[in-house]
Amino acid sequence: MANWNIILSIAKTHLLTKIKQTSIAALGVTFGIGSYITLVCFMTGLNGMLDGLILNQTPHIHVYNEIEPSKKQPISLYEDFSESFNIIHSIKPKLSQKKIHNALPIINYLETNENVRGALPQVKTQIFYIAGSIEIGGNLTGINPLDEVELFNIDDYIIEGSAEALDQTDNGILLGIGIAEKMSLKVGDRIQVSPVNGEIFPLKIVGFYQSGIADLDAIQSFTNVKTVQRILGEANNYITDINVKLYDIELAVPLSKKIEEQFKLTAIDIKTANAQFETGTTIRNLITYAVSITLLIVAGFGIYNILNMLIYEKMNDIAILKATGFSGKDVQLIFMSQAMIIGFVGGVLGLLIGFGLASLIQTIPFGTEALPTIKTYPINMDPIYFIIGFSFAMISTFFAGYLPSKKAKKIDPVKIIRGQ
Amino acid sequence: MSVVLETKHINKYFKKPVLFHVLKDINFQIKQGEFASIMGKSGCGKSTLLYILSTMDTDYEGDLYLNNELITGQDRIHLSYLRNKHIGFVFQFHYLLSEFSVLENVMLPAKKLAEKSYQEIEHDAMQKLKMLNIDHLAKKRASQVSGGEKQRVAIARALINNPSIIMGDEPTGNLDSYNAENVFNIFKQLSDEKGLSLLVVTHDEDFANKTDRIIQMGDGKILT
Ligand SMILES: Nc1ncnc2c1ncn2[C@@H]1O[C@H](COP(=O)(O)OP(=O)(O)O)[C@@H](O)[C@H]1O
Ligand SMILES: [Mg+2]
Repeated sequence: MANWNIILSIAKTHLLTKIKQTSIAALGVTFGIGSYITLVCFMTGLNGMLDGLILNQTPHIHVYNEIEPSKKQPISLYEDFSESFNIIHSIKPKLSQKKIHNALPIINYLETNENVRGALPQVKTQIFYIAGSIEIGGNLTGINPLDEVELFNIDDYIIEGSAEALDQTDNGILLGIGIAEKMSLKVGDRIQVSPVNGEIFPLKIVGFYQSGIADLDAIQSFTNVKTVQRILGEANNYITDINVKLYDIELAVPLSKKIEEQFKLTAIDIKTANAQFETGTTIRNLITYAVSITLLIVAGFGIYNILNMLIYEKMNDIAILKATGFSGKDVQLIFMSQAMIIGFVGGVLGLLIGFGLASLIQTIPFGTEALPTIKTYPINMDPIYFIIGFSFAMISTFFAGYLPSKKAKKIDPVKIIRGQ
Repeated sequence: MSVVLETKHINKYFKKPVLFHVLKDINFQIKQGEFASIMGKSGCGKSTLLYILSTMDTDYEGDLYLNNELITGQDRIHLSYLRNKHIGFVFQFHYLLSEFSVLENVMLPAKKLAEKSYQEIEHDAMQKLKMLNIDHLAKKRASQVSGGEKQRVAIARALINNPSIIMGDEPTGNLDSYNAENVFNIFKQLSDEKGLSLLVVTHDEDFANKTDRIIQMGDGKILT
């Protein structure tokens, strides 16, 4: 029967009398775990930020009316030619509406689906921005500002003014920063817009929008749905796009298929739209784990070495313990506990150092055009990484300690005693 | 009087480097309270025999009995237990854990046995040290006491679990005559006053002559 008090007290004495080697072994683990925590918190923070860049503002499903040629050409309806081979040249898409037919009932229907967090209408149109004699082509999107903030974090990209201001101002516009710079406009100024074939509307600038993608910022502006409808002279059921956000992103693909079938609309899911994005995330994760595991394996070899050496130095002790009635298993447990103590102390220190470094990184300024709201490096301090890091330390020291302790278990005391 | 230790037809071979019949048909008994010594030329197999008797070496033929219980063939865990509880071993070299204090060294086998509380064990250990006149060394590190003192610490450790028998492999071989005399007197006293059984390998003629019985060994056999 294992007698833990005495096993641990022997292990402790061995470690304390060899404090230098013990500390070096523990520091190896500390280093491995510390870098793992730092790396993983930083990398996943970065991943989260980049994911956020795309995922937060991208609808999980984007529903709209694609302009495309009819799949069924009139000739196929004509029965006389049904058995013949028909060739039609120069098919053109028919002039269809951009408007989603019955958009409001569709939105209501989607919102009753329990997987849907929200479905937001948008009205997209091409316009000209006119200030004085300058005319610039661009896009104007009508949104419900407060809902967009809640579901798609549009406020992260508003660098001056606010979504609330847009919501409250009847003829307000949230102007792309590129346009504002080109036209030297400030918040509070007026800008005139005109649809492709319509009259000129004056709008009041309530804020600036910066996505970080310069080409987009040079053309894109937002206003209220009603305002666009008014500019276009359309009724309040004129909706061109529906953006759907789900609770579970994994359901985007099946649901988009269903929407396409049910409503005869185009529905693009986020996975198809951003396939290259997941690859980046996967590779960053891969690098993080490859580096951390390498560090821990190196630390593991350190522990293995030092335990081997310790056992070599403690041959006499092992022989004495066995001669006075300790079993091989007791001796193995003594050396296993030493490995685990090294792993535990090194691991805990590693967690603290990792926490410290990650906290430090979090305070380093990091400015990027692409993310106007981010001021310092992103860090994701998920407790799960600390749990993984600690388990990792314990598991790797377990394996590093196992072989040497097995050797100690097998040492024949008679051989040692004879050897003297 | 009851028999503490008995061997029946014990044979041992070393297979390397060449086949070597080191112990040849060893039969003897040690009775309770008996103080026996083993003498014989160097290399005749005394240590080898003692390692078998102490249950550390299990690679032999024949039967070994401790307190009339057959030991041969028992599993290692149980052998460790028997060694812990029933056998005290004193080596020629003072085998102590050098990083532990004298007291801790003495307490170690009792802590392993775990039949008594820490306080009782400490009390017992102090008593053994007192009996051997080294209680003033209790708190010293084992590496910091002299050779004769170390051997007495080893004896105290061998005694801590009140074993059935104490075995010694030239326990005085490394000591000057004064300390050797001292260790003999301790053994003698344990045998006379406490009725302890002892089996001690020695080269010292005077030492052997003062014991109850001398077992003469030669060439792997018991001669007398
Ligand atoms: N591990 C071994 N392998 C082979 N021969 C050994 C081994 N150990 C001891 N011997 C031999 O066995 C004989 C008995 O050794 P030992 O019991 O130590 O003698 P003693 O203690 O009586 O001096 C010696 O000749 C020695 O050389
Ligand atoms: Mg010998």
